[in-house]
Amino acid sequence: MANVGESRKVLSGNEAIAHAAYVGGVEVASAYPGTPSTEILENVAKFPEIYCEWAVNEKVGMEVAIGASFAGARCLTAMKHVGLNVALDPLMTFAYIGANGGMVVVSADDPGMHSSQNEQDNRNIARFGKMPLLEPSDSQDCYDMVRAALDLSEEFEVPVLVRTTTRVSHSSGVVDLGPIERRPHGDRRYKKDITRNIPVPMFARGMRARLEDKLRRLAEHAERSPFQRIERGDGVGIVTSGIGYAYAREAFPDASILKLGMTHPLPERIVREFASTVERLYVVEEGDAFLEEQLLALGIRVETPRASLRIGELSPDRLADLAAEIAGREPRTRPAPMPGLPARPPVLCPGCSHRGVFHALHRLRALVTGDIGCYSLGAFAPLDAMDTIVCMGASVTNAHGLEKAGQPGRIAAVIGDSTFFHSGITGLLNMVYNRSRGTVVVLDNHTTAMTGHQQHPGTGKTLMGDETAETRIEDVARGLGVRRVRVVDPYDLEATYEALKEELDSPEPSVIVCRRPCILGARAKVENRYEIGPDKCTGCGVCLRLGCPAMEKTEEVAEATGKDKVRINEVLCVGCGLCVQVCRLDAVHEKVRP
Amino acid sequence: MSAILNVSLVGVGGQGILLAGEILCRVALLSGKDVKKSEVHGMAQRGGSVVGQVRIGERVHSPLIATGASDFLVAFEKVEALRFAHELKPGGVAVVNDQEIRPITVTTGQSVWPADLDGKLRAAFPRLDLIPALGIATGLGNVRVVNLVMIGALSRHLEVGETVWREAIAALVPAKVREINLKAFEAGQSALVAGKP
Repeated sequence: MANVGESRKVLSGNEAIAHAAYVGGVEVASAYPGTPSTEILENVAKFPEIYCEWAVNEKVGMEVAIGASFAGARCLTAMKHVGLNVALDPLMTFAYIGANGGMVVVSADDPGMHSSQNEQDNRNIARFGKMPLLEPSDSQDCYDMVRAALDLSEEFEVPVLVRTTTRVSHSSGVVDLGPIERRPHGDRRYKKDITRNIPVPMFARGMRARLEDKLRRLAEHAERSPFQRIERGDGVGIVTSGIGYAYAREAFPDASILKLGMTHPLPERIVREFASTVERLYVVEEGDAFLEEQLLALGIRVETPRASLRIGELSPDRLADLAAEIAGREPRTRPAPMPGLPARPPVLCPGCSHRGVFHALHRLRALVTGDIGCYSLGAFAPLDAMDTIVCMGASVTNAHGLEKAGQPGRIAAVIGDSTFFHSGITGLLNMVYNRSRGTVVVLDNHTTAMTGHQQHPGTGKTLMGDETAETRIEDVARGLGVRRVRVVDPYDLEATYEALKEELDSPEPSVIVCRRPCILGARAKVENRYEIGPDKCTGCGVCLRLGCPAMEKTEEVAEATGKDKVRINEVLCVGCGLCVQVCRLDAVHEKVRP
Repeated sequence: MSAILNVSLVGVGGQGILLAGEILCRVALLSGKDVKKSEVHGMAQRGGSVVGQVRIGERVHSPLIATGASDFLVAFEKVEALRFAHELKPGGVAVVNDQEIRPITVTTGQSVWPADLDGKLRAAFPRLDLIPALGIATGLGNVRVVNLVMIGALSRHLEVGETVWREAIAALVPAKVREINLKAFEAGQSALVAGKP
């Protein structure tokens, strides 16, 4: 049994959720990786008693969990906020059907968009989908609430949504785990009952009515929930949830605080009672006005701060400003960041297998529809080879739409291997079916790199470490009916360029698999080290267009051109050899070893 | 509210900043204190600036430190030290690794590497410990222990027993590199600070 023993530990929110899954008796966990949720399943995998897997996408993960719930097993699925969009279809209807084995859905939202394309507040989905919602404020809450959510799910026979945000998932704190005893499988078994498990209209109408009844009973439960806590103070009252509590408690040491842990259904009596005891009431919540609008709907007067808390992440600074405003003080002036420092943006790693593909696409002046992964970085200078990103899988379908709209010129869809399996396949099938001429470029680095190297159907390994089938993207493409399928090594710039050019100009759908393992996983294999002969380098800068962090301008000026010569940073260089191929002067050569 | 110790850890992805934060958390746990740590994963790690924050006290709620409220700024790279200088509170101590890592914006000529970094550091930080951590780690034979050298240098300012530090480090680094990490920690404790006697 991994990682169990001490009863007090420093755990991240995600680690605490995994511990709760273990203690709470979860038997099946299925998820697709996505920041900030990924570490939940990675840590569940440390408990061999729990069957866990990387699902192909979030909808699949949700449906696998639902299947386990049908069987009477406790189950968990976890995803980033936008992942829940993908999984929403089964969840909305499963709320009607209702859980048999306890089911927890963790939505890890990303206010501030640290690693996401939007900052949607998935608490809205609890209301929309008519499910109970718990909002942990720290790792201890994560541990306590996920265990309670499993019980709640079985008691009321509903899936339970647990909403974390980036700072809850990725912050660590001391967790008192209590006795670490795994709950044994309960007495729930699969029950055949088509009136409850098959939502055809004649049965679904009954389910709909039962769900409203469950919500009424859940509202009563919310009034008794141990996660609603009032901390009495002076005349200012704050209703808060999630990470908002952590900041508010420190910014308002003397205020009365109502910390809501279960925020849907809203505990109306608790909120009304609290509001009646304070002079002025504020709501501190991260994301939309989810609580505030419900309070307003109850006719409770809520003060509106001058500086809205709606957009972006909450922070101690924003809460300190609110505290100053309420106290009638000027906000504290804060030291500003030092101006004029060079930015340090994220960048494709030295030796990244994606670099050569973007270099070639840039040369071909293709319109590139992009997708979600490290390769989003191909959009930036100097590679400058991506035009659009929407969501997982949209590269393929967006390219098809552009083509059908008559967009002139070359159009390429660029998608990673894990993303292709997640939701690129249906789009590719649509291209074949609807007579596309498009080209799908799959950047196959044999891992889910962006989220920290998770396995997927193309890697031949499961989350639990077992060997499994290794699905090849080129086989999938051929199986879907794509006739023009080829595999290239993206370290070979000329071959990559030629393959792209040929397929982009071909009149039928094509797939190019650019295959080379992620350099971060293969770091040990670094062999060749190159250097630049200063006598040959004229500082033309062609190699710098690769955007490789290992290529540096020097202060040595080339006489012929008056430009700075380039050198290779030997600490960073991994010997991919792209610079050798782009240099027109043969200035880059293999080092002579002493 | 100064009963809480606020430590900001900044640098470049891959420098071992996350482990340094974990060691501080472990020290807090072993000392019977409450602790919160914050860090960012995902897109932010691909060679970009990395920030970790650790807060230790009797009861800590927020995992984030307010701007200008850090007691210590532990910077693993000089420009990152300047980039986050505003996090340090007046009178706070900057422990800075004497290392320069040029970002892509500089190596490709889009922006200029600042001149006289040491002078800028001394101007920005009245209380500055400039530590040759990379040189010390290289001397020990493993550049990856820079983070333990930095933790050793920070430890001189904190009232934590030697055995607690050693226990925390031993619990968090793999057994086969335990010795070199402990050596790096000791080297950081006794490191000469540039410009000081």
